[in-house]
Amino acid sequence: MAVYKRNYKPYEGVLTADWRRFLVPARYALETLFQSRLLVGFMVAAWIVPIFGVTVIYLHYNLSAITLLRLNPDQLLPIDGDFFGAFLSFQGALAFILTAYAGPGLISPDLSNNALPLYLCRPINRTEYILGKMAVLFIPLSFITWIPGLLLFAIQAGLQGQGWGWDHIRYAWAIFAGSWVWITLLALLAVALSAWVRWKLAASALLFGVFFISSALGAMVNEVLVTRAGNVLSLGYVIGIIWANMLQLPTNKTLFGEMFDIRRGDEIPQYMAWMVLGLVCAACIGLLNRRLRAKEVVS
Amino acid sequence: MGNRTILKRLNGSLSGRAIGLLGPNGAGKSTLINTLLGFYTPAAGTARIFGKDIRHEARTLRRLIGYMPENDAFIADMTGVRFVRMMAELSGLPPSEALERTHEAFYYVGLGEARYRNLGTYSLGMKQMAKLAQAIAHGPKLIFLDEPTNGLDPAARVRMIKLIREIRETRDIHLIISSHLLRDVEECCQEVLILKNGQVAAYCDLEKERRSNLNFIELETYGHEGEFAMAIEGLGCDFADMGQGRFKMVLTDDVSVSDLYRLAAERNVQIRRMNHRHDSLEDIFLKAMEVPAADGRL
Repeated sequence: MAVYKRNYKPYEGVLTADWRRFLVPARYALETLFQSRLLVGFMVAAWIVPIFGVTVIYLHYNLSAITLLRLNPDQLLPIDGDFFGAFLSFQGALAFILTAYAGPGLISPDLSNNALPLYLCRPINRTEYILGKMAVLFIPLSFITWIPGLLLFAIQAGLQGQGWGWDHIRYAWAIFAGSWVWITLLALLAVALSAWVRWKLAASALLFGVFFISSALGAMVNEVLVTRAGNVLSLGYVIGIIWANMLQLPTNKTLFGEMFDIRRGDEIPQYMAWMVLGLVCAACIGLLNRRLRAKEVVS
Repeated sequence: MGNRTILKRLNGSLSGRAIGLLGPNGAGKSTLINTLLGFYTPAAGTARIFGKDIRHEARTLRRLIGYMPENDAFIADMTGVRFVRMMAELSGLPPSEALERTHEAFYYVGLGEARYRNLGTYSLGMKQMAKLAQAIAHGPKLIFLDEPTNGLDPAARVRMIKLIREIRETRDIHLIISSHLLRDVEECCQEVLILKNGQVAAYCDLEKERRSNLNFIELETYGHEGEFAMAIEGLGCDFADMGQGRFKMVLTDDVSVSDLYRLAAERNVQIRRMNHRHDSLEDIFLKAMEVPAADGRL
């Protein structure tokens, strides 16, 4: 119907599938997000390390290039679990920065403008709404973590040949699953903080606080009580333990272990790391459940 | 809601095209709408809209519903067209259809020229219209309007009422309008549900009420009252002789006021005063507020 026909008309056409509905707020939020030049610049810069990684892998298989650059092949980083672990750690840190920039503005505008009833009076429930908001982070975070990681793995497997890819498939799994564990944790923390802290800058600061203050607290507990149990308070350490296990890395003598300060060999047990992660996620879900209601319930 | 029970013993069914929800502040009007929308879970009992249970078929129902909340509800840094389009897509419209209908909705509510402006820059009246646009863009079968004329100046209020009446006249659409402004409800609605302390205080069909008001007549006559009374009785109308030439009667469908004049002229009776009963919505509302709520049935 043309716009000049100004009368009300019910809609009789086709409807989109229910399962796709949560992608609507995600698509609109992504459009807004990518209007920021800073973010686009950051996303491009986040590919510097993957490009460096590709170069290192390429040099391993190109003697003439090594000779041309006058490099000693023994000086090149070996392409092993430690290499992929270090890659994951660096890209993970970038993912954290990106989350701190983009995450806090996901839910707070809806809450401060009282828009939740308008979302939830439509065929979308709270879980889908939260999933939609998290999906806003899933896409850019995937773009800088597991996508370049798997690309590196594929290039290495392709150049090495002789079944290297199949023999080291655990690296690919660790890159993919480890990235998703990290992305999910970051996205959950970001939406939970966004739901409770309306001021964007404060929410970003709080996200940094969750990681850095908890790490400092953990270190303090370790020093005072002469233990390593304080590490359970450090989310960075916990995720490092999980990644190390996925990559099957001997953490006490690796670059990766050094990055996460888990080189001493007295790390917390795996189950405890997963438990801490589970508790943090449950706390985020609890916070979201309490906060995200179409209408305030007065007791 | 929390530990408090707001709505109690509500039983019945509503089938009108435009139903007004009336009641003093705190009567439970908004709570009823929010419960029907699924925002609050009823502690006991349930409700059905178009035969669908609000607890178990909420998703299906929400495809058919439009909602205009009482308070400001929008995203300030979005343009009007982008916001309403997103809402229409959330209701299930494909992106291109949603965009087309969003433009239509904006023109329909009179915001065509302002649709590319950020919602945060809209005046109060414009925000109300934008809220109406998002409620109708996806073409719902039932629209909940919570205080639609809140904060509007007289001209904007007239525009809003006109729009609501136009929407009401569209086939296959139902409106539930919550308001504490009797005039708004009287102008827009055909039926009225009056709530008091979370219970039904009164339910009335305004159309029927208006018709019966027209048929109910009070007469004051002079001369030959006895003959005139017998003549009225002959017409088959219910009537009561109040003495001193005063009568109350309910006209049947085949009897009109001119018949009364004719009878009076034939018997040389003067009709000195003739009143139609004029029970306004205000009278009905005040009456409902005076009496304690009954058993909650409509």
